[in-house]
Amino acid sequence: MYRYDEFDRDFVNQRVSQFEDQVRRRMSGELTEDEFKPLRLMNGLYLQLHAYMLRVAIPYGTLNANQMRKLAHIARTYDRGYGHFTTRQNVQFNWPKLSDTPQILHELADVEMHAIQTSGNCIRNVTSDQFAGAAADEFADPRVYAEILRQWSSLHPEFLFLPRKFKIAITGAEQDRAAVQVHDIGLQLTRNEDGEIGFVVFVGGGLGRTPMVGRKVRDFLPENDLLAYSEAILRVYNRYGRRDNKYKARIKILVHETGLEELKQDIEAEFEATKNGILDLPNEEVVRINEYFAPPSFEALPKISTELEAAKREDRDLALFSSRNLHAHKAEGYTSVTISLKPIGGAPGDATADQMDVIADVAQRFGHDELRVTHEQNLVLPHVKLQDVPTVYKILKANELADSNAGLITDMIACPGLDYCALANARSIPIAQEISKRFEEVKRQNEIGDLKLKISGCINACGHHHVGHIGILGVDRKGEELYQITLGGSADQNTSIGKIIGRGFPEAEITDAVETVVDTYLANRLDEEESFIDAYRRLGDQPFKEALYGS
Amino acid sequence: MKTITANRLVDGDVVWLGHNGEWVEFVEAAWVLGSDEDMASALDFAKAGEDKQYVLGTYAIDLELKDGHLQPKSLKERIRAQGPTTRLDLGKQAERHLRSA
Repeated sequence: MYRYDEFDRDFVNQRVSQFEDQVRRRMSGELTEDEFKPLRLMNGLYLQLHAYMLRVAIPYGTLNANQMRKLAHIARTYDRGYGHFTTRQNVQFNWPKLSDTPQILHELADVEMHAIQTSGNCIRNVTSDQFAGAAADEFADPRVYAEILRQWSSLHPEFLFLPRKFKIAITGAEQDRAAVQVHDIGLQLTRNEDGEIGFVVFVGGGLGRTPMVGRKVRDFLPENDLLAYSEAILRVYNRYGRRDNKYKARIKILVHETGLEELKQDIEAEFEATKNGILDLPNEEVVRINEYFAPPSFEALPKISTELEAAKREDRDLALFSSRNLHAHKAEGYTSVTISLKPIGGAPGDATADQMDVIADVAQRFGHDELRVTHEQNLVLPHVKLQDVPTVYKILKANELADSNAGLITDMIACPGLDYCALANARSIPIAQEISKRFEEVKRQNEIGDLKLKISGCINACGHHHVGHIGILGVDRKGEELYQITLGGSADQNTSIGKIIGRGFPEAEITDAVETVVDTYLANRLDEEESFIDAYRRLGDQPFKEALYGS
Repeated sequence: MKTITANRLVDGDVVWLGHNGEWVEFVEAAWVLGSDEDMASALDFAKAGEDKQYVLGTYAIDLELKDGHLQPKSLKERIRAQGPTTRLDLGKQAERHLRSA
């Protein structure tokens, strides 16, 4: 894992001291709210419906046990005993006092964490594959480049006041688990014919009120040019991105309005002027950062663990857990374990302080001291010996963390919605809970198979509804919550934006409507192998429309 | 019927304007503004509350009578007045319960 050097430590500590002084001046009245608001947002502090909300950065979703314990401590000491893991691989605390935030930031700095650039019109936390450095299908660890991008983008003086926020995602595997094509910049690690490492570059993807799939601007960007090319994209965006209309300010609108070819030329021209200069990625720096992410020393283990296989025969629940929540690891005898934060009827992404402590202990004892946050609001132990899975499972189960639903319909994304969020128009969590309870039965969930259901409580789409196989968008219709269904979205390497299927449903009817969609899929699929999204792509929306609204 | 609401600066807690210009923690203690004069003096109190750095983001909301109880008209304001609908152990609904216990 990356460790702060002196420079990182100094700058984080400086920022905490600055913020401490800003809070003091705000409380004494030296700063008005108008003056203070941009300062607190720069430090991840929002004001939501019930209280302030502090969003803490978890760079590319990677953290260690000590950091997780600190999050548990903050939840317990300064908040209401829980935290909420987000689709940006961050964590949010929903109830901190303004007067406590400087102390919280001090405590975070002690474990090399902060809340810088988790808000505001700047480059946000770079997100990545939760199985980075572990997945069997990966050919290069994307966290190395995510970290390089983090260092380049942190307090970058030119890019702190962009037209709007800017999100970068990177993946190092064929299977895109980081939704790179719905980010402002999406990077897919690749190799050219000579075996050199580089990136496929997408620009202008995004969700929100104008969802767009990123456009490819480079088939192969050499590793060495990563920063110069990123700088060129940001410069073009900073210069031409719209500042007159908040809703048209993201780079996706610039791509759309300017046209891909012209924008590509602008980027390439800027790149020509920038490359071969200070931003050339020095090889020794790549090597140095690579060392931070060197895999733990894996033991030579058999591919199949007889211990795990025997335990699975004894315990059907463990067998089920293993079939859904384990992901193939690059080292034989190891696996990555998904810890679902989607218990039946729970709030997606929430974990109690006690659960965080347990997870930290498990990571330390069985997981090489590493944890990941997924953009689907779960946690991951990336490196676990197969033979340890029965014990890990037992501990997780005792702490209500062993739901065997990774990738199933109850493993859904939901934003905080109107229960917490000042921007929301409708509630998301109760809808997620109702659907979760409706599909509680294990057999039925598994019969349905892989299905990504995503719920947002407003058009800003924090719940990624546009790229849900089934998406739900909550809107306010004359004071009543109404839920629109979109179908056919996807955020993997075959990214697509879902289509609105028809008129929305009131709260009391939305779960039935989802069930109708699922039943229509089950009735029309070719066989058990055909997943929901494949069936939808073959069938189109007609059978679903008919089932929901009649012909 | 209207009243004025805000968040308290120090902790972000939801508050409403009381009858004497004080800020109260439960909506049922809020000053129900029945006339234009009431509204004018309430807005003065609200501005004073912001100027004194006690509250931020003051604004007027609509109230209605439901089953004999005064409550905010919009769902968003009802959630602010109660707490998350999915966590009855949090927010005003929980504090109210604790106080009456």
